[in-house]
Amino acid sequence: MLYVVMAYLWASILLYVLMGGADFGAGILEFLSTRKSKDQTRRVMYRAIGPIWEANHMWLIIAIVILFVGFPVIYATVSVYLHIPLTIMLLGIVARGTAFSFRNYDAVKDKMQVVYSKTFMYSSVITPLFLGIIAGSAVSGKIDPQATHFLDAYIFSWLGFFPVSVGIFTATICGFLAAVFIIGETKTETERQRFIQKARHMSLAAIAAAVLVLAAAHADNIPLAHWLFGNPVSIACVVLAAVSLIWMWVSLFRGSTRWLRIIAGAQITLLLVAITYEHYPVLINLKDTEGLSLLIHKGSDKTIHALAVALLAGSIFILPALFYLLYSFNRQEEPVAD
Amino acid sequence: MDDFIAARSQMALSLGFHIIFSCIGMIMPFFMAVSHFKWLKTGNIVYRNVTRAWSRGVAIFFATGAVSGTVLSFELGLLWPEFMKHAGPIFGMPFSLEGTAFFIEAIALGFYLYGWNKFNKWFHWFTGVIVGVSGLASGILVVAANAWMNSPAGFDYVNGQYLNIDPIAAMFNDAWFSQALHMILAALTATGFAVAGVHALMILKRKHIQFHTKAFRIAAVFACAGAILQPLSGDISAKDVAKRQPVKLAAMEAHFKTEEKAALILGGIPDEKNDTVHYALKIPGALSFLAHGNFKTSVTGLDAFPKDVHPPVAITHYAFQVMVGLGMLMLLIAVFYFFTLWRKRSWLEKRWLLKLFTIAIPVGFIAVEAGWTVTEVGRQPWIIYGIMRTRDAVTPMPGIVYSFYIFTAVYVSLSVIVMLLLYRQVKMVGKLYDVA
Repeated sequence: MLYVVMAYLWASILLYVLMGGADFGAGILEFLSTRKSKDQTRRVMYRAIGPIWEANHMWLIIAIVILFVGFPVIYATVSVYLHIPLTIMLLGIVARGTAFSFRNYDAVKDKMQVVYSKTFMYSSVITPLFLGIIAGSAVSGKIDPQATHFLDAYIFSWLGFFPVSVGIFTATICGFLAAVFIIGETKTETERQRFIQKARHMSLAAIAAAVLVLAAAHADNIPLAHWLFGNPVSIACVVLAAVSLIWMWVSLFRGSTRWLRIIAGAQITLLLVAITYEHYPVLINLKDTEGLSLLIHKGSDKTIHALAVALLAGSIFILPALFYLLYSFNRQEEPVAD
Repeated sequence: MDDFIAARSQMALSLGFHIIFSCIGMIMPFFMAVSHFKWLKTGNIVYRNVTRAWSRGVAIFFATGAVSGTVLSFELGLLWPEFMKHAGPIFGMPFSLEGTAFFIEAIALGFYLYGWNKFNKWFHWFTGVIVGVSGLASGILVVAANAWMNSPAGFDYVNGQYLNIDPIAAMFNDAWFSQALHMILAALTATGFAVAGVHALMILKRKHIQFHTKAFRIAAVFACAGAILQPLSGDISAKDVAKRQPVKLAAMEAHFKTEEKAALILGGIPDEKNDTVHYALKIPGALSFLAHGNFKTSVTGLDAFPKDVHPPVAITHYAFQVMVGLGMLMLLIAVFYFFTLWRKRSWLEKRWLLKLFTIAIPVGFIAVEAGWTVTEVGRQPWIIYGIMRTRDAVTPMPGIVYSFYIFTAVYVSLSVIVMLLLYRQVKMVGKLYDVA
């Protein structure tokens, strides 16, 4: 049952990156759009993500609940040493979630719209940036439970070249996912071309950010190369991801977008597999001591069992409903909120 | 302000903010579904318009409640890591189920808000009902987790170790039912009075009278039914607290000395130094009766417990008095309203009746906040009653006070914006909703 719980944890992180990521990315694209095309970007984007907007963010809740019920020591450690980036991320989530809804549901469309839009765009950049920083810090081994100085314990645990690079990489990935997702939702050829172009730009940005991450890993003495090439599974994943990158580029330049979503989703999945496979079962690396392992720092057996049953039972309700939601609004014209 | 007080204040602020949005998000969908049902059954377009207007309210409150709930799921660890390290695996069961309920609510809301004229009309209506049902389930589950902090169960505490953990037994702790019942009825009553009051105000202003009257009638019936049932649930809760947490009951009632034929203390200023209450009205024997069902039974007072496990008596007592007082006020309005419906239907049009409801707009929510204060402050100094002190659970990170300031600023601005949005929704009824 422990493995069921771990699988759910992994899957909810992946789904949050994919679905929540595309959702964050929509805001990043809006942020990067020229003044003239902002409105259009916004309209297409809203049409694409409106109905599944709230559901996209539930994956984070599922992941965090699994963590605090099943792996409380890991949850508590992260909460203490990454308090500051977590708080910033939360403020981003609050600002973004409310701004998006308020923009849509404000009965009077006036200057407040500008406030909502600005808030939405900035928080769409900040939130994934800090999500990435948190992920980067978790693996970087800079968290130091022995630290006595404030800066060492609570600032340098996350503020470093490597975590920040991972943050930037995450944000670009989100923008890329959003562009790819929205291409499939566009209704006119002009819209389609615009988002194909955005996808190209964002994929270039993501590659640049990936180079930055490699450089940062080198500078910060983080064995990233070993994680990616230290075992056959990770190597296979990295190679597949690289090959699919070429395929994707060809598709993007030819303007054939049929397989694009699947390729993009697969790339992110492969990347997550490559990284987590080498780290398993450690979730959090610590400075100078053994990392926090999912196999050791787990709740009691009864708890894990009950949690697994709850997750399995929950899936029976959630997954069909979620698929039906995605299916219904994919097949329909213009979902307009009422 | 020291970090411990800052952490408690931030938690109180976050919960106090979230509770309003979750109450409305939990109850409004039912109002909406009733109105929607009437539209489908009668074909009266006004009901459709009311439904649409309310569904936007639900969307605004759900979005705000969802993010403030996300914040809370992190704050448990950010502020109380020592608590979560031990409590997570024990009382986490309701949270993992709540995750499912919340997810379903979000999916159902997607169907409902975007599904007008797209699905079979009864399927569409049903998704609205699901929003309410899953919201209600979430509420019950979260309260069950809080109840565990008041009534720890599902583990053995041996030499500082938490052994034999049983998450199911923890979920069905002794307090879950009375607390959940009280909370659901409170949400119903508070939301009902707030919604009914807003529509009553608009009728008084003679704006879109038909629209607001239909809306008022639906909300008022729910509010009044809740207000009448709530004292019964309150009685169950009080008897339960008397048994499980006598020190909390003593603080609520400012009952300092253990005695038979204990008096019920109304009002007054508790004096914790001299263990007495000044300027209070005392009803002999009434507390014994309320707590134990007998006028003579002895009621444990604060003197039975060492000072270092006393909750802050004054705050708990004042909050309790406010809650009960406002509850009684709503009960009176409710009885009066049902009498009107039953015998004096002509009064329904009277301005003073509507004014009464207008005054009651904030009353339910003040009572909710007061009640929440009673249960949380009344549990102090414990975070897990009798097991772990709140002070021992707080994060080692210094500087929480700044975090508290930031969250205060965020929640205050959000409250202002939500008020503005609601004001605008109501103002625009004519343009957006009240159309044939």
